[in-house]
Amino acid sequence: MSRAALLVLADGRFPAGGHAHSGGAEAAVRAGRITGAASLEDFCRGRLHTAGLVAASLAAAAAAGVDALSLDAAADARTPSPALRVAARKLGRQLMRAARATWPSEELDALARAFPKGAHQPVVLGVVARAAGLGASDAAYCAVYESVSGAASATVRLLSLDPFDATGVLARLAPELDRVADRAVESARRVAGEGVDALPAASAPLLEIGAEVHAGWPVRLFAS
Amino acid sequence: MHLDHSHDGPAAVSADAHRPNGSRRALRIGLGGPVGSGKTATVAALCQALRDELSLAVVTNDIYTREDAEFLLREAVLPPERITAVATGACPHTAIRDDISANLEAVEDLEDEVGPLDLILVESGGDNLTATFSKGLVDAQIFVIDVAGGDDIPRKGGPGVTTADLLVVNKTDLAPYVGSDLGRMAADAKAQRAELPVVFQSLRSKGGVRDVAGWVRAQLAAWTA
Amino acid sequence: MTVGGVRAAARIVARDDGRGGTSLPVLAGDGPLALRRTRGSGAEARVMLVGAMSGPLGGDHFSVAADVESGARLLVGSAAATIALPGQDKGGARYDVRLSVADGGELRWLPEQLISAKGSDLCVTTQVEVGATGRLVLREEQVLGRVGEEPGRLAGRLSVRVGGRLVLDQELVCGAGAPGGWDGAAGLAGHRAVGQLLVVRPEFAEQPMTARVLGESAALMPLAGPAALVTAVATDALRLRRVLDAALATFD
Repeated sequence: MSRAALLVLADGRFPAGGHAHSGGAEAAVRAGRITGAASLEDFCRGRLHTAGLVAASLAAAAAAGVDALSLDAAADARTPSPALRVAARKLGRQLMRAARATWPSEELDALARAFPKGAHQPVVLGVVARAAGLGASDAAYCAVYESVSGAASATVRLLSLDPFDATGVLARLAPELDRVADRAVESARRVAGEGVDALPAASAPLLEIGAEVHAGWPVRLFAS
Repeated sequence: MHLDHSHDGPAAVSADAHRPNGSRRALRIGLGGPVGSGKTATVAALCQALRDELSLAVVTNDIYTREDAEFLLREAVLPPERITAVATGACPHTAIRDDISANLEAVEDLEDEVGPLDLILVESGGDNLTATFSKGLVDAQIFVIDVAGGDDIPRKGGPGVTTADLLVVNKTDLAPYVGSDLGRMAADAKAQRAELPVVFQSLRSKGGVRDVAGWVRAQLAAWTA
Repeated sequence: MTVGGVRAAARIVARDDGRGGTSLPVLAGDGPLALRRTRGSGAEARVMLVGAMSGPLGGDHFSVAADVESGARLLVGSAAATIALPGQDKGGARYDVRLSVADGGELRWLPEQLISAKGSDLCVTTQVEVGATGRLVLREEQVLGRVGEEPGRLAGRLSVRVGGRLVLDQELVCGAGAPGGWDGAAGLAGHRAVGQLLVVRPEFAEQPMTARVLGESAALMPLAGPAALVTAVATDALRLRRVLDAALATFD
């Protein structure tokens, strides 16, 4: 495992399309539910323990070599919002493109062939981690961090929030990121014996509803 | 991205001139420039000038998703399936330069769905003078400024003005009203760009986009040669 | 761990009676999970869950199973809301629901709300198997606290397979002791009622429902499979029911 490879993959500037997605922050800002650093922190914490945990578990399982097709189906079942399924597949396809150029691998090529329109992003992330020589824990860390960092940087743009405040939110969440990543790896480990049903399915109602509301706007800054 | 082919090399990652089936992909030309300089109007005029002789499509990178695409749809310059809007998260320059993955999906989806295409115009949302397109996304780029934005823009330079394959100075009809000195703009542009071409145009006059359309035809001839 | 906890089980089997109606060869429940057959309409048999005592309390373990056989039609409701209460037992309570709908069968599972009272700790699992040509309407409503009361901990997991394929797996944990952020802008944002309406129909395989927003706090979402889910949050149980009823009406 190369710690530097993890930094390359986790870098917010890794060109895989994340910058155009707000993780639901745009909808929450417009609805008046995120108004500053405190409500951003609550939003991110809620995302972390739901969408973040699920994404990290899928990524960890994929990184551990669990069959990507069954993980992708598990991701579909855990994503009732069609807008979020579309976003997850788009991001998966974009990550796939960037990763195949960065860490060419037979496994990535096979996954790309199986999902020409993109697999769910966390599943791709896990396979990318393998291609980069990283492990399940690294993949889980990437996923949990992405689950909050995208929303935080989007909120900086949406609310002109002080970027130091937004970064402070991420730093305060760090211990919880650790715990969620650990839990994700643990659940991924159980998949071998119990199947993909062992993966968490935590959901956040307003993330799902907000994603559908957002998808219906004629004018918006972020893709999701 | 075309994922159904075998893994002989790292796939059409970005700038590869061929599609996975071996055919030549469409020429991609980017149009960037400051807000309000007439990028969308230039794209619309180019579509009208070229659509009968070429198979073409447009990708827009709006600040607010779909605004420019909606304009093009309203003007009916192309059938709707040939116009795609990419969401940029408020940062068009990121989407055309730093992280081009969404734009690459868009151009490749267009080739798949309405292709074969000769030409894809990729329009950036109005951004600042430093915004340029990645070479991984476009084969050539046009930077559009206008006389009303100040006749000192060519002198100030910046990556767009200095390095674009074509600099378009738009709205020349307004020059007398805003006190812009076209001669000075031409001289400053020459100083910044050496041999790189500059076109002065007004889309108010009939055939106003003729010179830019001619430049695009020449690019396409070189691409398919 | 479960000293004093109540074990209660109820089981329903609905069968096509061959004369255009539905018979109930198994209708067994006791204590807090008593069952009553009520007057049905047409081919559909109707059953009410009649809580003979309040609960579940900490340490209790309830389970309900309903199997709708091929061609049978069953509606299950409940006489009153279920209230999760704290018990003397420190352990949490469990409520497990297992539903199956065979090909050509139809189940409408429309119980009243589940209310999480202060200090309670309840884990609900609902597992549903629907045959490829089975039909299902399932409603779940969770209310956090009685009027003006802080909620206990309420965890629910709903998983639904249609034709053997998982179409929905969703877990919601909220209330005291739930992972952080459950009441923030991503979770409930102060809403005290949350509910879901799941509709499975074979025709959705060809013609899925179109995604639709139902106000700012509810959405109808076609799932990846022949099913659609309405998720809604509301300030209280009454408003939630209104949204879900209106959503249900749009399916017909």
